[in-house]
Amino acid sequence: MSVLVEEILSNVKPADAPAAKPSARDFQSDQDVRWCPGCGDYSILAQTQRILPDLNIPREKMVFISGIGCSSRFPYYMETYGFHGIHGRATAIASGLKMARPDLSIWVITGDGDGLSIGGNHMIHLMRRNIDVNVILFNNQIYGLTKGQYSPTSEKGKVTKSTPLGSIDYPFNPASLALGSSCTFVARSMDRDPKHMQTVLKRAAEHKGTSFVEMYQNCNVFNDGAFFTFTEKESRDENVLYLEHGKPLIFGKEKDKGIHLDGFTPTVVSLKDGKHSVSDLIVHNEKDSTLAFILANMTYQENLPRPIGIFQSLERPTYDAMMTQQIESSIEKRGKGTMEKLLNAGETWTIQ
Amino acid sequence: MVKTTKSLDEVTIRFAGDSGDGMQLTGTQFTNTSAIMGNDLSTLPDYPAEIRAPQGTLFGVSGFQIHFGSKEINTPGDQCDVLVAMNAAALKVNLRSLVNGGAIIVNTDGFNDKNLKLAGYEANPLNNDSLSKYQVFQVDITKLTNLALADMNLPQKIVDRTKNFFALGMMYWIYNRSIGSTIEWVNDKFKSKADIAEANIRVLKAGWNFAETTEIFSVRYDVKPASLAPGKYRNITGNQATALGLVAAANKAKLDLFLGSYPITPASDILHDLSMYKQYGVKTFQAEDEIAGVTGAIGASFGGALAVTTTSGPGLALKTEAIGLAVMVELPIVVVNIQRGGPSTGLPTKTEQADLLQAIYGRNGEAPVPVIAASTPGDCFYSVFEASRIALKYMTPVMFLSDGYLGNGSEPWLIPNPESLPDISPKFRTDPNGYLPYLRDEKTLAREWAIPGTPGLEHRIGGLEKEDKTGNVSYDPENHERMVRLRAEKVERIANDIPPAQVEGDEKGDLLVVGWGGTYGAIRTAVEQKRAEGKSVSHLHLHYLNPLQKNVGEILYNFKHVLVAEINLGQLIKVLRAKYLVPAVGLNKIQGLPFKASEIEKKIDEVLGNSK
Repeated sequence: MSVLVEEILSNVKPADAPAAKPSARDFQSDQDVRWCPGCGDYSILAQTQRILPDLNIPREKMVFISGIGCSSRFPYYMETYGFHGIHGRATAIASGLKMARPDLSIWVITGDGDGLSIGGNHMIHLMRRNIDVNVILFNNQIYGLTKGQYSPTSEKGKVTKSTPLGSIDYPFNPASLALGSSCTFVARSMDRDPKHMQTVLKRAAEHKGTSFVEMYQNCNVFNDGAFFTFTEKESRDENVLYLEHGKPLIFGKEKDKGIHLDGFTPTVVSLKDGKHSVSDLIVHNEKDSTLAFILANMTYQENLPRPIGIFQSLERPTYDAMMTQQIESSIEKRGKGTMEKLLNAGETWTIQ
Repeated sequence: MVKTTKSLDEVTIRFAGDSGDGMQLTGTQFTNTSAIMGNDLSTLPDYPAEIRAPQGTLFGVSGFQIHFGSKEINTPGDQCDVLVAMNAAALKVNLRSLVNGGAIIVNTDGFNDKNLKLAGYEANPLNNDSLSKYQVFQVDITKLTNLALADMNLPQKIVDRTKNFFALGMMYWIYNRSIGSTIEWVNDKFKSKADIAEANIRVLKAGWNFAETTEIFSVRYDVKPASLAPGKYRNITGNQATALGLVAAANKAKLDLFLGSYPITPASDILHDLSMYKQYGVKTFQAEDEIAGVTGAIGASFGGALAVTTTSGPGLALKTEAIGLAVMVELPIVVVNIQRGGPSTGLPTKTEQADLLQAIYGRNGEAPVPVIAASTPGDCFYSVFEASRIALKYMTPVMFLSDGYLGNGSEPWLIPNPESLPDISPKFRTDPNGYLPYLRDEKTLAREWAIPGTPGLEHRIGGLEKEDKTGNVSYDPENHERMVRLRAEKVERIANDIPPAQVEGDEKGDLLVVGWGGTYGAIRTAVEQKRAEGKSVSHLHLHYLNPLQKNVGEILYNFKHVLVAEINLGQLIKVLRAKYLVPAVGLNKIQGLPFKASEIEKKIDEVLGNSK
């Protein structure tokens, strides 16, 4: 940190120490929330505000950065530092901020259009660099703010204003894209499962390195019910596979089905028909990146439940820490640079 | 044999060869040695965009011109007095740069049938009278280099790569230069490769000794030191000076320097230089693209860094939207544009000044940005420092314009005393009482910088229109107009905070030649020449392109004629005509090359001739 920033931050009075632990309310700004009534964004905002007090990070050290789209209004509603950027670039703004200020806790709020279409390039590079930033990608499989065009996660054949005969694009699977970009923390959760969301968001916040959370989010105006199979009571248990580290992959209302690995292919087996037992099932391991690829690849496959949870959580040095370390070792090796040394370097000569 | 020594005031030499022949290195070594010997000088590297184009071809020719002397030198020279041509193609491409009666030193081995064919010569020009108006010195540099290294058993490839040092050695002898500084450089560069170091030094000495012994060269020349201002000097390119200026600005601002950049010719050297300054706390981020370079800088600026992005024209086009964001959120960044020939990919390695209007106006909406341009390689240091000062004080993106000619060109640079540079440290807001993100300083109209980590100042900024003072999102019509006018007024007020423009020559007269950026040396040389001839001509060179200095109009009105010389189709002239309604005429050249002083002199005669 620079001389001046250090001086400023060491001289400021600490915020009036709250009598009790801050509450979710302390993270609500004075701005009216302007999403459509019934939007899944409300739940994500509420759960985020609920977990932040548990992180033990002062509010002034938190920054929420977004791009453009419905989800990107999020920072305005947070009583933290916030930056509503331009379309697709939140990840790049966050990268620069984290490099300049490794002391901050930085969140990127983006959507399937902002983060995977116009901002796809910055997203993959953020993840491969492993910059310590938390990304929540609100995936509603549609463009909401521009009023209903298909997005890079819309299913093939989707009929929208810009695809009256059905889209001919194959969708991204965000979790696979993140894994393919060497992201160290990759997870998926859902707007209608607040408890799960809280767990995942907390884990994402605690992870050192890039955390990528794909959040299924219902757009009740332009793509209502896109995830109902996975979020609604009547269909959820039969169609969702909750990933839990160290536990066998079991699902079903009666907990009577599991995922067995046939070669490299995951298949559903019954635990009731006497042919398979729990010991035949895959045991989830967040540290196994090969397994993470296999599980993420179950997405969009018919006859397989949709995996929800943490696909992967690996430890690897972060870009921001290595940047700081290179600077420190340069200072150690060559001495702290002075203006005299800088300007007088190389061959010089004097004219009397 | 008896060799005579003649004294010269100034000489221009052009080294030319294949792009893999090391001509840039040869030129740079000659330059540094001449600088250390006290000459004033100016250089023009002229190389193709291809790294190693097919050998012997016309488009693979790389050149380096140096103009040095015992008098004041402001340009790399209109034409060269000496052409060193390593092959037939180099001769063919560069012959038109040579003065009548000039000297050609050729490597005869570069004129075999294959070379002649590739260069498009039907007959060997060394064997007929096509070069009769020049003095031709034929040396089989390849053979002599091989002989010098015969007992070293080096691979032929290595041997071939040293032949440029034979040419350099000869030129050092002819112009009475010391070879010591180049030997030091070789020893340092090849520290871990002793045989390569020895080969280069041997060949360098062989070239020197050959020139001294052979009867080919009977005259050597002496170019005395120039009477430069006293002080300590180093030779510097515009890009080196830009990197130093940015580190100095961060130091004087007491901030960390953050660079977000994507490699692009001819700006990459600034990224390279700053990457070596880690012990100064400099953070360099080689981004995935131009947009990430600038938005990364905006993020760093939000965090309280002196944030910079460096690029060239096509990259600037990509950064446009983000610069508009910086205008809206009123955060300081310095955007460095080393202009090159355009449009599109254009001429990556050639110079041009055609991004001025893009710099001043090239954004959506009313998005004013201060624009500052450097005039010489050494001036890049001061101009980018000034750009940083304005960015920090006025909380605004600032465009710093240099160009390929300044960036790669070099000159002796009087090293400044760091104490003489002003303190430009910003005042971060810390008091939460009464804080609103868009409250402004009454005088500068700048908003306050409140950085994350400061308790009680949590706030949100973004690209949507801001409500005056609170910074909340606002779609109110009157508020929008007020904010557009406030942002414009803030940039206009910078004119109150910059020194007045200075005319070189008389304050009144028949003709004022106006320029900006890298044309300084050529215009200065031409105007001085014409003034020496008794013409009523003066020179105004603008460093501040937006806003213009307050006295510019007054200066223009004091002359009967105004001539605006630019390396574009006429961009500054549009700005001056629009603002001051002056009937200025333009001198425009768009060849990827700087002006020659003689081209400006001719135009001055033409304008003054018409006025009689």
